[in-house]
Amino acid sequence: MKEKNYASMSRKRAIGNFFAYLLLILISIVWLFPFFGLIMQSFRSYSSEYGGMVDYIIPKRFSLDNYRFLFSGETNFLKWYGNTVLIAIVVAILQTVIVLCVSYALSRMRFRGRELLMRFWLILGMFPGFLTMICMYFLLKQFGLTQAGAVPGLILVYIASCGMGYYVCKGYFDTIPKALDEAARIDGATRAQIFVQMIIPLSKPIVIYTALVAFMAPWCDYIFASYVAFGHDKSYNVAVAMTRWVWTNDYQGYFTRFCAGGILVAIPVTILFMCLQKYYVEGVTGGAVKG
Amino acid sequence: MAGKNKAGGQSAAGMLGSNLKEIGTTFASGDWKTKLSYLIMGFGPLMRGQIVKGLLFLGAQIAFIAYMIGFGGKYLSKITTLGTVATQKIGRKTVYGDNSFLILLFGILTIIIIGFFILVWRMNLRENLVEETLLKQGKKLPTNKKFLASLLDENFDKTLLALPCLGIFVFTVLPIIFMICVAFTNYDANHQSPTNLFTWVGLENFKNLFSFGTTGFGSTFITVLIWTLVWAFFATFIDYFLGLAVAMLINKKGIKFKKLWRTILVLTIAVPQFVSLLYIMKMFGNDGIVNGYLMKWGWISSPIPFWTNPTLARVMIIVINIWVGIPYLMLIATGLLMNIPEDLYESARIDGANPVQMFFKITLPYMLFVTGPFLLTQFTGNLNNFNVIYLLTQGRPQSMKLTGNAGYTDLLVTWLYKMTVTDTNYKMAAVIGIMVFIVTAVVSLIVYNTLPSVKDEEGFQ
Repeated sequence: MKEKNYASMSRKRAIGNFFAYLLLILISIVWLFPFFGLIMQSFRSYSSEYGGMVDYIIPKRFSLDNYRFLFSGETNFLKWYGNTVLIAIVVAILQTVIVLCVSYALSRMRFRGRELLMRFWLILGMFPGFLTMICMYFLLKQFGLTQAGAVPGLILVYIASCGMGYYVCKGYFDTIPKALDEAARIDGATRAQIFVQMIIPLSKPIVIYTALVAFMAPWCDYIFASYVAFGHDKSYNVAVAMTRWVWTNDYQGYFTRFCAGGILVAIPVTILFMCLQKYYVEGVTGGAVKG
Repeated sequence: MAGKNKAGGQSAAGMLGSNLKEIGTTFASGDWKTKLSYLIMGFGPLMRGQIVKGLLFLGAQIAFIAYMIGFGGKYLSKITTLGTVATQKIGRKTVYGDNSFLILLFGILTIIIIGFFILVWRMNLRENLVEETLLKQGKKLPTNKKFLASLLDENFDKTLLALPCLGIFVFTVLPIIFMICVAFTNYDANHQSPTNLFTWVGLENFKNLFSFGTTGFGSTFITVLIWTLVWAFFATFIDYFLGLAVAMLINKKGIKFKKLWRTILVLTIAVPQFVSLLYIMKMFGNDGIVNGYLMKWGWISSPIPFWTNPTLARVMIIVINIWVGIPYLMLIATGLLMNIPEDLYESARIDGANPVQMFFKITLPYMLFVTGPFLLTQFTGNLNNFNVIYLLTQGRPQSMKLTGNAGYTDLLVTWLYKMTVTDTNYKMAAVIGIMVFIVTAVVSLIVYNTLPSVKDEEGFQ
């Protein structure tokens, strides 16, 4: 009796698992299909096939034409790529420092106006970001940080207000027992020493998470980048420059070039992300629970 | 230190009253150094040997006076005339060549700086009071060195927050106040300073937003607003439940290669959105491969208008957003599902509950409770989800029925963006921006107050 029950249960489980696998394979196909298409199109030969939209995925002839074009210097692709890398690295470093500072102050120190400040920032965050665009553009222009100076200008825009994004990091700091701080203070450590020598080393996952998110954001930014660098080809980032290829020039063969460029952009970011995935998961999960 | 936290609870009026009282008593009971500090900031501290503090106060006063005389004063005086003498604008333009944009921006800046200055002046008085009391008690004043060292210790918060606050002020607070003011002016393509001045128009733009005539923004605004809310609702909840489902599917006992499935999904997060979304947009274009294959196979005779039919475009956006959103939710749900105590399920199984019951009685309530605040941020995030909409459709398809260049898939924010960049209709952009704020704030307030898990912040420590 018991064995029979077992057998039917395991058969039931096997059938259930079969459907689960089927579903997972289906999901995987749907999720991977765009990337597969992207890779295939990027290898479509420019010289022998149409470089715009076609109705087949597998190219008739594989070639590196599109990649060769990107590196040929006909466009500023390498410059755009360099701009983006530069912005991403600088922003990742500075933003992490700022967010850590703000989080520490709000998590560990109790000062007048702390609650008021947090509430004020929460309300500020409810305004749409690019409401401020016109004014910001003007301010940057005063300092010569638009068009030709768009790269430092953009860095400034990204880091200027990043202090408001302290939630995840502060949430993490809050979980570090305050007793540690108190013990250190009894031993004569100053607040600054506690912050640099104790809290930061204890918060490695969140430091990496903050830096990773900050690093990835500039790769996708279209809004501010297009506005600040308006009309100055040399200071575009990859998103702004290559978006043009899709929206206006796709029929001239730029579509496959976009695919090739997209692959080149995606590879380093994806590899970095996959390596640091563990920390990313920790960050988003922690952030989700604490809101 | 602990008592200071409570100060936030006092009413604003009460605080102002007690402040005024303290200003009075400080003056009455203070010595001549303190009294002179009312006029020359930092005088008291300087005389008492607090060189660093004294110089800081004195420097602030000198800088303020220099700013007002050399820069702020002239803009501040015009911010009012901008409001009252709109008709004299033409005459003024030829004579002075004013720039409304600058007047408004620096006028606001000056008002804020005056406010700050009053605050600093108040701090200067408090400092005098504290020093006098300390001296009266026969205690020594802290040395300058000690004051500087405190910036790394008790006053470390000020050191840490100074720069971030300055950045937020210049690049967020000031621009937001500026744009709120622009909503009450006629700043648009026809009033671009310095050639054409703009001026205060009161509530004109808000009236325009709610006027339902042929040129009014009323019906368009309602259309866009409803779509924004519908989109945010579907984008949040469909993604949430499907993400949860996928996470449970991968977590299912007996499923192998868990890491592989997760990695495949996570690829969506890793690849920059402008690459993946632009490609997907092209995939579903009239000449894209989806239509291409369907036609080749003879399933359809003419391309499906994925992006040109309003309803279809809206559905497509929501569907593609599932592709974007599930991986995030899957990651979050995976972590949280493991936190649910296994014995809960065990005892439910003994009681004879089936998997469906267990999901609705254990898993879902737990998840909703834990992720309540997260759902709220997801919802407000989706209200402002620029990238997905703009990269896929740029708000298209457009229609003659909609004013202000709006399209059927435009969210309030993408509409705002278009008004700023392509139409240079700044006044309406500002109005829309305020509307976005109101919608976000109202939704947040309602949801937040009904959440079961609004927690005591200190409870985590």
